Amino acid sequence: MKVDIQISDEPLQIQSCIDWVMSPECGGINIFIGTVRNNTQHKKVVRLEFEAYETMAISEMNKIAREVLDRWPVQKIVIHHRTGVLQPGEVPVVIVVAAAHRDAAFTACRYIIDTLKQTVPIWKKEVFEDGDVWVAAHP
Amino acid sequence: MKILAFGIVKEIFDDSMIDIDLDNESTVEALRFVLEKKYPQLTELGSYMVAINNEYASGGDAIYTNDEVAIIPPVSGG
Repeated sequence: MKVDIQISDEPLQIQSCIDWVMSPECGGINIFIGTVRNNTQHKKVVRLEFEAYETMAISEMNKIAREVLDRWPVQKIVIHHRTGVLQPGEVPVVIVVAAAHRDAAFTACRYIIDTLKQTVPIWKKEVFEDGDVWVAAHP
Repeated sequence: MKILAFGIVKEIFDDSMIDIDLDNESTVEALRFVLEKKYPQLTELGSYMVAINNEYASGGDAIYTNDEVAIIPPVSGG
């Protein structure tokens, strides 16, 4: 199996994501770890609340992974996304790409997070001390 | 016809699922028209997509009675 895609309301296990892609054929592993920032435009963020349309989100993440395997010589891909309430510093997303050579791993990892943010039906609400807002909902 | 809602659309509908009167084989465009009349706040979003059976749909696509239909506001994962 080349691809491991999961949505979970439990804390993401970064080390096991890395372990899953390790293999003697790989020359490099690229990892992107998204973390909850404690401020947005100088406003203090109390927490983020993530929600997913799970079946479609899994399907869209699989599409991204298949496209990546077609376009770049990468060997293994992990995409794990968290749902539920996250505090600043916690990890909502982990993407790991293993490849024989580092160029493909860097490029593919960047492509996966950029595309995920555009197409995968997952939403976050930023909660401030004085209110909340669904990110990207309004122009 | 049952329509699933997520994110800010859940707040606009005040529910995670609503029931809309829509003929079998209506288009996505027709659904948008009916929804925006009932929930004008939808037009204040940057944009929104309609998904049929877990796939993004275009305006001319037909919706059948047993389809799983969802309203997808601008996504913000990651």
